[in-house]
Amino acid sequence: MIDIGFLASLLASSIRAGTPLLYATLGEIITERSGVLNLGLEGIMITGAFTGFAVSLATGNPWLGVLCGGLAGMLLALVHAFFSITLKANQSITGLMLVLLGLGITGFLGRNYIGEVAFYLDPVKIPILSDIPLIGQVLFNQDPLAYLALILAAILWFILFRTRYGLEIIAAGEKPEAADSMGVNVDKVRYISTLFGGLLVGIGGAYLSLAYAKLWTEGMTAGRGWICLALVIFSGWMPQRAILGAYLFGGLDVLSFKLQATGVGISYHLMKMVPYVVTIVVLLFSVIRKRAAFGAPAALGIPYVRGRKE
Amino acid sequence: MKGKFLVLIVLAVLAAGLLAGCAGEEGKQTTTTTPTPEKTTTAEGKKELKAAFVYVSPIGDAGWTYSHDLGRQYIERVYGVKTAYAENVAEGGDDERVIREFAEQGYDVIFTTSFGFMDATITVAKDFPDTIFEHCSGYKTAENVGTYFGRMYQARYLTGIVAGAMTKTNKIGYVAAVPIPEVIRGINAFALGVKKVNPEAKVYVVWTGTWYDPAKEKEAAISLIDEGCDVIAQHQDSPAAQQAAEERGVYSIGYHSDMSKFAPNAHLTAAMWNWSVIYSYIIEQVMQGTWKSEEIWWGIDKGVVALAPFNDAVPEDVRKMVEEEKEKYLNGEVPEQYPFVGPIYDQQGNLVKAEGEVMTDEELLSMSFFVDNVVGEIPAASE
Repeated sequence: MIDIGFLASLLASSIRAGTPLLYATLGEIITERSGVLNLGLEGIMITGAFTGFAVSLATGNPWLGVLCGGLAGMLLALVHAFFSITLKANQSITGLMLVLLGLGITGFLGRNYIGEVAFYLDPVKIPILSDIPLIGQVLFNQDPLAYLALILAAILWFILFRTRYGLEIIAAGEKPEAADSMGVNVDKVRYISTLFGGLLVGIGGAYLSLAYAKLWTEGMTAGRGWICLALVIFSGWMPQRAILGAYLFGGLDVLSFKLQATGVGISYHLMKMVPYVVTIVVLLFSVIRKRAAFGAPAALGIPYVRGRKE
Repeated sequence: MKGKFLVLIVLAVLAAGLLAGCAGEEGKQTTTTTPTPEKTTTAEGKKELKAAFVYVSPIGDAGWTYSHDLGRQYIERVYGVKTAYAENVAEGGDDERVIREFAEQGYDVIFTTSFGFMDATITVAKDFPDTIFEHCSGYKTAENVGTYFGRMYQARYLTGIVAGAMTKTNKIGYVAAVPIPEVIRGINAFALGVKKVNPEAKVYVVWTGTWYDPAKEKEAAISLIDEGCDVIAQHQDSPAAQQAAEERGVYSIGYHSDMSKFAPNAHLTAAMWNWSVIYSYIIEQVMQGTWKSEEIWWGIDKGVVALAPFNDAVPEDVRKMVEEEKEKYLNGEVPEQYPFVGPIYDQQGNLVKAEGEVMTDEELLSMSFFVDNVVGEIPAASE
């Protein structure tokens, strides 16, 4: 019952289900690392999903759809950045507003798109490698965006922890006044991080409608934006750990289906809870252990005003 | 100064955005009138009849609410009834307010189209004794509240015959939403159809616990296909399971409406709703002044449920078999409860109904067991 085939099927599904989570989580990690808390992931994701679908339908080019989905996410992130960085407004409220805005607007504009058939991204088999048993099916028979997410995670890890610019982002999130005195333009760094974060979250949404479910319906993100906020905490604001987290959460999401399909009775109610329970456990850990390993950026969610001590 | 100006601009943009958002909300409660000149000339025909519909989900393009909305459009077109609807109404939340508002606005008939609207419908009906209420799929009635539903299991049974005949692996997958009697009944009827033509085949059930998460529904279908299922049926609103079947090159059975657009090669047929039959009947009764509270539960003989056109892949003998079984309903050869006629065994092999015994409507409406060729469990602690 639980054999190689089962394992391959489960792992392949975990990556599929985890990829949209990975994009959004990476985006939010970059945003939060610079000190900006964007709670609007759910709204940005659904906007990316809708925009991507609509553009793919209109142009016949799913890649253009993915790009525009990302740009739409960036646009919403710009609203958030403007409020939280330029106007120093309460970041939680702007973020939550984005959720309502995104869900509302896509629900309204998207009603004529429900039931349409657009152009989608299909899995690309990597020659030779995809023939390796187990690993081939799991790792080398995914769609291009899934591969790209992994590469992206590696690049972001490199930028954050191995480059000077990464240091500036982290400094803006940890000690903005120190960064400022070192000549870092905190607002600019935060703007760029927030916009880039929005881009990735939007692409995560477009992945849902163009590569995964391959259709558009109202509210199809179904809470994934919130899951990603938990995933950011789970991964301790580290891109490399986000890979693990996203695939793990994706896997937990589909595990109950896999077990049921083999005839193992399992309560989906229980399975639905697991990701949240895991997050709470990780949160507990982050409190118990020293914050360097698990903790949030010290200035997360706090607007930076030059010369004012928070 | 410059800063203030900037703030103003932002506020203006935001206001525009919010307005657009609100427009979206408002757009959901749309009143549509058909300017059709042909008025029905019944005794009460002078006064224009107004009917309101309360929907649990967005109308969309393929699901439950969509099928009801087709019925709404039908009575508007054919009977010149003025209709209004509210979609995406939360069960046990906004429902009572929405129903009450329609009643206050003087709608003559109010259709509430989800099981969860039952108590709200009854509550509001008490305060508006002159308004007619019709609740879909429930069991509570009153002087001015009737219920209506369709015997979808009959169509499910027929699609099960198709699935049973077409499977090569003898494993048939069924992606199910939540374990309520309607869903369980559909699975059992489907499985009995499978058994009729293929006693070897088993129906594998995967519960998703969702109605509206297409990504998950697709993943559930893929899980079944990976386990060797070569026909996928569904009780879901979205066509995601159909698409999974299309991508993986297996067959599928649609639900709610003809879903062949999403899976032109996979989609063998679908069990479909045709609510216009019941809506027409109720509206005619109201127009003639002969309406009374009834518990309508009609089947394939009245056309409330039907099958979508067959895929070319379905061979002639299978079509003929389905037609013959369908004919039995039409000419009254079998009771309405068919295929729930003994012998019926549950998963543990217990005899639930002896040879020739017919399950009662009450037993059908509260069904909570799987028949013996279903693999899977019914999760506990659910309505």
